[in-house]
Amino acid sequence: MTDTATRQIALGQAGGRRAARRHWSGQGWVRVAAPLALGAAALGVWEAAVHLLDIQPYLLPAPSAILDQLVSAIGGIAQATIATGTNALIGLLLGAAVAVVIAALASRVRWIDQLVAPLVAAIAVVPIVALAPVLQTMYGATSEMPRILVVAIASFVPVFITTLRGLRQVRPVHLDLMRAYGASGWQATRIVTLPGAVPYVFGGLTIASSIAVISAVVAEYFGGLQNGLGSRIASAAAQSGYPRAWAYVVASIVLGLVFYGVTLLAERLASRWAHIPIT
Amino acid sequence: MSAVEVEAVTKVFETRTDSVRALDEVSLTVADGEFVALIGPSGCGKSTLMRLIADLDEPSAGEVRVFGMPARQARLERAYGIAFQQAGLLPWRTVRANVELPLELHGASAAARRARADELVELVGLGDFADHHPDQLSGGMQQRVAIARSLAEHPRLLLMDEPFGALDEMTRERLQGELLRIRTETGAAVVFVTHSIPEAVFLADRVVVMSPRPGRITEIVDIDRPDASADPESMRESDAFFRSVTAVREALHGRDTAAERGATASGATAPEAAARGVETR
Amino acid sequence: MRLSSRQTRAIGFGALGVLSLAVLWEGYKLLGPAEGISIGETVLLPRTTELAMPHVWDSVARAFQPASSASDELVIVAVAQAAASTLGIAGVGMLLGAVVGVLLALLMQRFLLADRAVLPWLILSQTVPLIALAPLVVAWGGRLQLGPFEWERWMSVAVIASYLAFFPVAIGTLRGLRSPEQAHLDLFRAQGAGWWKTLRYLRLPAAVPHLLAALRLGTATAIIGTVVAEVSTGARGGIGRLIVEYAQSGSSDPAKAWAPIAGAVVLGLVAAGAVALAGLLLHNYRRAEAR
Repeated sequence: MTDTATRQIALGQAGGRRAARRHWSGQGWVRVAAPLALGAAALGVWEAAVHLLDIQPYLLPAPSAILDQLVSAIGGIAQATIATGTNALIGLLLGAAVAVVIAALASRVRWIDQLVAPLVAAIAVVPIVALAPVLQTMYGATSEMPRILVVAIASFVPVFITTLRGLRQVRPVHLDLMRAYGASGWQATRIVTLPGAVPYVFGGLTIASSIAVISAVVAEYFGGLQNGLGSRIASAAAQSGYPRAWAYVVASIVLGLVFYGVTLLAERLASRWAHIPIT
Repeated sequence: MSAVEVEAVTKVFETRTDSVRALDEVSLTVADGEFVALIGPSGCGKSTLMRLIADLDEPSAGEVRVFGMPARQARLERAYGIAFQQAGLLPWRTVRANVELPLELHGASAAARRARADELVELVGLGDFADHHPDQLSGGMQQRVAIARSLAEHPRLLLMDEPFGALDEMTRERLQGELLRIRTETGAAVVFVTHSIPEAVFLADRVVVMSPRPGRITEIVDIDRPDASADPESMRESDAFFRSVTAVREALHGRDTAAERGATASGATAPEAAARGVETR
Repeated sequence: MRLSSRQTRAIGFGALGVLSLAVLWEGYKLLGPAEGISIGETVLLPRTTELAMPHVWDSVARAFQPASSASDELVIVAVAQAAASTLGIAGVGMLLGAVVGVLLALLMQRFLLADRAVLPWLILSQTVPLIALAPLVVAWGGRLQLGPFEWERWMSVAVIASYLAFFPVAIGTLRGLRSPEQAHLDLFRAQGAGWWKTLRYLRLPAAVPHLLAALRLGTATAIIGTVVAEVSTGARGGIGRLIVEYAQSGSSDPAKAWAPIAGAVVLGLVAAGAVALAGLLLHNYRRAEAR
């Protein structure tokens, strides 16, 4: 028997065994039902535990109490969400735009790459929010810029890294082809490099979207204008309004999901346009 | 005029630790309209030789001329079409737009591009797939698109680096037949890199056998081709085909056994020598 | 350890990068208008006064002067102590988060149902600002008591750090445990290796590169979490508190505010360096990684 035949038989058996073993937990509907069931169960246990064990609100308020606050304070919550969301959006776009420009430069000019690479590596592991207080001194306490800048710097990193990767992932065979056709550097960039990098830019934007919201909320803990979600959470907690603080937390979670969802959609569209599956 | 003249070309690749002589004083002439296959084990420099002809790399010594021009000028004047083992299609372009690419790069009008691309897509039998994207095609179909693209500018020379290397045997044989038909229609010269003996014999007028370390041409085998009027597929079962296959195989293996003997003599243990033999085959 | 010429160059360019930032700073301070550059009401570029933008050299010099008139402790010493304290708390949080994360990943790899139920929440949780909970976890400090065990504020900080570190570690480990090729899994199955042996000899070694990447990410988020949590607690001792405290004295002593920020930067780099060191020790498991 040849090697190939043996392997095929072995694989066939393994495959058969896998199929026979296929448990109900592998079914498609479980993918949707299991997380929903877990979420519902967690909420139920949470609610019951708060009442049965008499857990104090400072430790964990009941979901129903949070919902009450969410409904009664919806106006203020919406305003704070818009304030934080605007900062996050402007910062995200600013950081992403700068990231794309610098990544494009770094992919073409070697010394810029060498200069920027260690700085970006450092920024990636450093708590950027720490800059918020000094930025407030620089811009004045009434300016939105400190928070926007914190968001921009934090969002810059993932967009820069993925964009540069996208610009560099050009396959050698495409470069050979461009050279064989005597294409100019600019032609090669326009036809091969840039379209190939577009899905990567959006991939970076998806990662950055979560970071942007998180940074916008957290930057408010460091002082400055008191009109956003972060400062509301802090002040509610300081006044022992724990269910209210949790309601603002829920709002910031929703904001994070909205940002993530929109950028994820954009990423999917971009990679479909480019026919490049992003893994 | 010859399509390709390679004169005493040497190519040395410098790595950090040492230098590798990929080609050592190689000379080769390909006549206009001639089909030449380059064959040899991995590392014999066959792909390097093709890349020098395409001016994708530059020789360390010696000279390469394409239709009498230096290789660089030939490249800039688009004297050849090229296809690689990977189809190298741009995933965001449709089949038609991929075939149009070389024409677009050189400023052909949209109408002219479209007409030529439709013609070529038809030629390689993908008329129904012109508006598909590469990810919707099989490997064989992608390679046909790559061949269509290489023909876009009516080149008198085709350079092909193992274009069917990643395909299954059935697809491979079908595409070989199609390549012969296309080549008869266009009358272009072809330099075709492969490591399949039957493929080289089936396609080529001459098979250039190469050996590694350093890369050299060891033998050139002339192939008995049937009349152009005969069905090329019938050649696969002819006695002449098997004789040529044997001739090429012996040209290749003569070197192999010599290398093995050399390895044993220089003190390598028997299993190592056997392992090397398996590796090169 | 001897540095290769490539590493030396990287360090050189890094220093050059920092230097060019300093030049940019001083250049804008020299040329920019005192009230900053604004379009309409929005200030785009900051004020360039001595208060808003102290000279780089003043900030450096300030680090080597006493922190306050009351004590003769140097700023840099105070910053180093605070950074060490923050690093310790972040380390505890990181360890806790990594252990829980790896255990959860093993659970998800072993039981498909656990994976189906938990994974969507894990992925979702990465996209939302969980750090917003910090002021709430902080409220546990000094109030929670379980018998002789008293919940202290630094533990709240460590818990926040740990749950931030936990998510990347869980996801990365899971991805790593699933990274072996089917051919390798078939090989182990063909030899009758059970789940445990497959884990011990195939999945865990294969997971190392993914785990290291996850630890890098987890460490960075743990540090951020610790700093933010320190700010929220108002607990003294850590670098986060020092950042806010020194910034508040900014109106009279602007150069002082930069020292703890530099401390936080060094802190992040030291933590990242520690993970990189672990990566060096495990280099045999990382041969397949692209270089």
